[in-house]
Amino acid sequence: MGRLMGGVLRKLGSLAVNGVWQFGFIARFFVLILRYSGQSFMRLHLTIRELYFSGVMSLLIILVSGLFVGLVLGLQGYEILQRYGSSEAMGTMVALSLLRELGPVVAGLLFASRAGSAVTAEIGLMKVTEQLKAMDMMAVNPIARVVAPRFWGGVVSMPLLAALFSTMGIFGGWLIGVVFIGVDDGAFWSQMQAAVDFRYDVLNGVFKSAVFGVAVSLIAVFEGYDCVPTAEGVSRAITRTVVSSALAILALDFVMTSFMFRGL
Amino acid sequence: MSRTTLDLWVGVFVAMGIAALLFLALKVGSISGSDVQSPYSLSARFDNIGGLKVRAPVKSAGVLVGRVTEIRYDNEHFQAEVVFSVDGRYKFPTDTFANILTSGLLGEQYLGLDPGGEEKTLAPGDVIKKTQSAVVLEKLISQFMFNKAAEGDQAPAK
Repeated sequence: MGRLMGGVLRKLGSLAVNGVWQFGFIARFFVLILRYSGQSFMRLHLTIRELYFSGVMSLLIILVSGLFVGLVLGLQGYEILQRYGSSEAMGTMVALSLLRELGPVVAGLLFASRAGSAVTAEIGLMKVTEQLKAMDMMAVNPIARVVAPRFWGGVVSMPLLAALFSTMGIFGGWLIGVVFIGVDDGAFWSQMQAAVDFRYDVLNGVFKSAVFGVAVSLIAVFEGYDCVPTAEGVSRAITRTVVSSALAILALDFVMTSFMFRGL
Repeated sequence: MSRTTLDLWVGVFVAMGIAALLFLALKVGSISGSDVQSPYSLSARFDNIGGLKVRAPVKSAGVLVGRVTEIRYDNEHFQAEVVFSVDGRYKFPTDTFANILTSGLLGEQYLGLDPGGEEKTLAPGDVIKKTQSAVVLEKLISQFMFNKAAEGDQAPAK
């Protein structure tokens, strides 16, 4: 009995110590990235290249999913709103749900699985093939050369992708509502404009997506840099990137929502 | 891929993102902070504000002229004090009447201003004295019921 208790406690203790160690490591890593960012911006084309791979290459999935989410929101929203005879409020519903929640969150999740996993795989494979060590030997800082550009590429592209997602979603809602169902075009836009506040809804959404961009990019580069340098280690790191990014996005979203939208 | 085509694609991407943000700000959001220009603030005391909220519209003749900025409880008069900002282009006479109205049957509540006939206009920080509280549905129903009951009492006496 005593031995069992001791074993459980030891397990708990090692879990806590590992957790704190990991947290400290990720925080130090973040500070290192910020410190060497200036050095990596001296070669701006590295960051622009990453912007291409994480931003432009994610464009298709973001635009198509945004359109479909908007179409579904339009159909479901109409179905519910017409029960109360207020189908003109469809524009409001589609715009608010996209700007406040769905745009940043779904774009963040897609971004994590599309671009975050690729970044982790790339850095992890560089570690397996000892390219990072080779850079260190040649007095090239791997954080400035490899990690920081990928981090900033993700941070810059995430808010833009979320804005494109929301725009496509609103277009999808408009398509269903105005073109297919026949809600009045003027009422759709004017009710939307009356209800959506620039600072309260649009800027809060952009802020959310920027925070998700930082979180996802940091997790992706960290998992890649920290992975066990074997084939299995890289695959595990990629899985961890997707899982922890998703959890981080949803948890951060709850925290930010509870601060931003408390219904006054 | 050569560096110039890569730069071009990134440029297209960033331009698209900024265009989307502008679309959200202008077409969807209509930057409602700026539709009240050079605002000045007025206040009014009500016995009951019903469901009026901060940021609720202030309308006169149905046109948006400002927004409610603050609602607080005045412990001296036991009334609600509503502070609202009004667009600087509009001036209202000192005997303006402030009502709390509802748009539509289930719609949001807003502050309606009915201008009176005075020559002098309200200065920034002034308090509107003539107000009418929000209509509370329960009170309306109970009033109606009491009236009906009173009629019922009177009828057999005749």
